[in-house]
Amino acid sequence: MKYNTREDSGYTVIEMAGEVDLSCSPDARKQILHCLDGALGVLVDLSQVSYIDSSGIASLVEGYQTAKKKNLNFGLIGVSEAAMSVLQLARLDKVFPIHDTVEDRVQGD
Amino acid sequence: MQQHVEKDILFELRLPAKADRLALVRAVVQRAVETAGCDDSLGQKLVIAVNEACMNIIQHAYHGVNDGKFELAVWKDVNMLYFRLTDQADHIDLNSVKSRDLDDIKPGGLGIHFISEIMDDFKIGHLQGDNGNYMEMIKTIE
Repeated sequence: MKYNTREDSGYTVIEMAGEVDLSCSPDARKQILHCLDGALGVLVDLSQVSYIDSSGIASLVEGYQTAKKKNLNFGLIGVSEAAMSVLQLARLDKVFPIHDTVEDRVQGD
Repeated sequence: MQQHVEKDILFELRLPAKADRLALVRAVVQRAVETAGCDDSLGQKLVIAVNEACMNIIQHAYHGVNDGKFELAVWKDVNMLYFRLTDQADHIDLNSVKSRDLDDIKPGGLGIHFISEIMDDFKIGHLQGDNGNYMEMIKTIE
């Protein structure tokens, strides 16, 4: 897995790429939790994720729950087909706020 | 579950119980299920299920200790695919291996849910002797 972070419209955007599995999901979890100090919150861009397993999904859930406790926003951006199929299996596709782009997300705020 | 039939075997692997070997497992399973005639959609789901089963061994049987080994065998019988995983870890608590309520949003505990959603059936048990566990999964592919 590779990741990059950037600031956009008050959000910290974490761009993940490649395969998010047990070998790297602890790093993904740390990165998400570390970034939850942003002004508005964290958006995780999953557009370049070719695979994500339940440990990667758990990192996203923990980010979502931590953001709620801190009264911050958390959401997913540009979810790839591979990642969406796993979110649907976990029945989390209706739990996470999901948008195509950061711009779409900001317009909804 | 049917007994393992040697002539129908697609592959057998023996691997260290390490998270960094999961990508290798996924690649081999992907090619094997393609060879068995699965379409892309089913193949991706089977890869997800097998990955989760391997994760369970790494996380819950060996508790993340890297010196354990596990074996994965996949074979085909007519229109059925069989997956068998075995390890040499201490016997696990079989009652702890179950799906959870998905309405309770929390990290973790999704692996068995994925397996039960994707596969036709699965079972887990203890190998004979003082240690070792197995998981068998079965899927109709046509």
